[in-house]
Amino acid sequence: MSTPPPPMPQTAAPDWQAAPGAAYPAPGSTHSGYHSPIPVVRTHLGHAIASEWTKIKSVRSTMWTLGVFVLLVVGIGLLTGLVVSGSDPDAGGESPLSLGFFGLLLGGMCVITLGVLTTASEYGTGMIRTTMVACPSRGRVLAAKAVVFFLLAFVVTLVCATLIGFLHVALLEGHNAKEPSGEEWLKGTVGISLYLALLGTLSLAVGSIIRHSAGAITIMIGAVLAPLVIALFMFSSSLQDVQQALFEYSIPNQMSIFYANSLSESGPSGWDPLWIMLVATAAALGGAFALLEKRDV
Amino acid sequence: MIELEGLTKRYGEKVAVDRLTFTVRPGIVTGFLGPNGAGKSTTMRMILGLDRPTAGDVRIDGTHYDRLKDPLTYIGALLEAKGVHPGRSAYHHLLCLAQSNKIPRRRVHEVLDTVGLTAVARKKAKGFSLGMGQRLGIAAALLGDPRILMFDEPVNGLDPEGIHWIRTLMKSLAAQGRTVFVSSHLMSEMALTADHLVVIGQGRLLADTSMAEFIEHNSRSYVRVRSPQRERLLDVLHQAGITAVENGNGSLEVDGSKAEYIGELAARNQLVLHELSSQQASLEEAFMRLTAESVEYHAHSGAPEPRQQWGDDWRRG
Repeated sequence: MSTPPPPMPQTAAPDWQAAPGAAYPAPGSTHSGYHSPIPVVRTHLGHAIASEWTKIKSVRSTMWTLGVFVLLVVGIGLLTGLVVSGSDPDAGGESPLSLGFFGLLLGGMCVITLGVLTTASEYGTGMIRTTMVACPSRGRVLAAKAVVFFLLAFVVTLVCATLIGFLHVALLEGHNAKEPSGEEWLKGTVGISLYLALLGTLSLAVGSIIRHSAGAITIMIGAVLAPLVIALFMFSSSLQDVQQALFEYSIPNQMSIFYANSLSESGPSGWDPLWIMLVATAAALGGAFALLEKRDV
Repeated sequence: MIELEGLTKRYGEKVAVDRLTFTVRPGIVTGFLGPNGAGKSTTMRMILGLDRPTAGDVRIDGTHYDRLKDPLTYIGALLEAKGVHPGRSAYHHLLCLAQSNKIPRRRVHEVLDTVGLTAVARKKAKGFSLGMGQRLGIAAALLGDPRILMFDEPVNGLDPEGIHWIRTLMKSLAAQGRTVFVSSHLMSEMALTADHLVVIGQGRLLADTSMAEFIEHNSRSYVRVRSPQRERLLDVLHQAGITAVENGNGSLEVDGSKAEYIGELAARNQLVLHELSSQQASLEEAFMRLTAESVEYHAHSGAPEPRQQWGDDWRRG
């Protein structure tokens, strides 16, 4: 832009009570329309991402949910590690990484909460209107939120999972625990982190669809826990197949597959849970995009 | 310049905005007036692309809002709902808006200064009073130094000093050649700031006129007469060729400023007068009459009315 450095007039009037008319250039000079000294920029996704990053880090609820997440993952992981190493001299050739599961399962609730809040809280406060006025491309807003949240959730989970993994390996040294292979390390750190970040992004999409924080959080926590709980009480033999499917595809079981611990021998294995979650998240985001375009803000 | 063409918004059966067509021009303050629920906020949301019109079109300098590449440097808007996350500080609220439009960071400090919130910039918005929230909204509107400004009920919650400040601000913004579009349900407020007036009621356009013209038509003067001998007074006035309109509370109203003449007439006929006073109809009354008739008309007829000619129906008083 070749525009000269803008002479910002407002700086001359530090006190709002001073009539702003005096602070601006002499009125009446132009009636053909005002031209701002601020350079005009074509905005793109990058700007929206910068904006969403500022938003997510400038509210305390982010710090709280992530703080509790770290506390749960590291705290529970540490406790489990100490208990197992203190009481059980023989780990039976199990991978020590699998002890991280409990903390991450509970931590998942924080990821869900933060994901929902990223979108739904803007509807509760009316901030969404301000956001959409600043960025009328609604799809771009949702995309920016999803990118920022996904990366944040992934990085935080990865750091915690890796830390707790090393801790468990160190604690169980000499307890006849299995030395985790490269792939086991990959699944227990990057894999589970991708999975949790996707679960959070799914919640973000649900938050955008439901537009109500408490409602969306309830739905997501229900989706995580209900299948497993329902399956536990399916005693009728005619429902055995349904029970089996509910067990196998419940989110806690899918998470434990990253540690090669499954409730059953059949069902998803290896990296399958990640692909399942990827498809579910993509579908939810697609729905959220379509509704966002269709509805009034 | 904002151009509305047959803009309509329907919520199920209810028509919130009904075929609005008018233009908001640069360089002046355009007041957007209507009683509560007239459709002002809905219209403003449609201008900003937040609500999709059921029919019709609205363009900003020939472009739809969602096609603007640099929306905040084009339009700044203060919407009725504050639209601020209560847990975020004023500074971060403005910063995230600035970033989404690549507006330089120093501009955040400048607008905070302009609205007088520098001292509380790092405080959370939830602790703000109504007036402070309103100022934060105005800061957000000014952030991009836009050529069009829209304010939805900007003086709500402001103290007298703040009201004076926002009036001066709007006038100076318009004087710089910007388009300023302000909604209000208070005629008296508009009379002090607006150069042009758009009045709606029940979502329909009732008037699109300059403020000067509105005042000229509405500063109707009349004489109020009260007498215990009302019937005789009416006769006397009638014989003198003066039309008197009965007011609800037992007094008579005579158009024009003929107080002396009526007094002399009464004396000549030995009539007792309890009151004889020159009156000036307020703009607020004129506005109420204008909008009340639209409501009344609406209640009696289901058929769409032909567009009323400005000033046709309310001058009878």
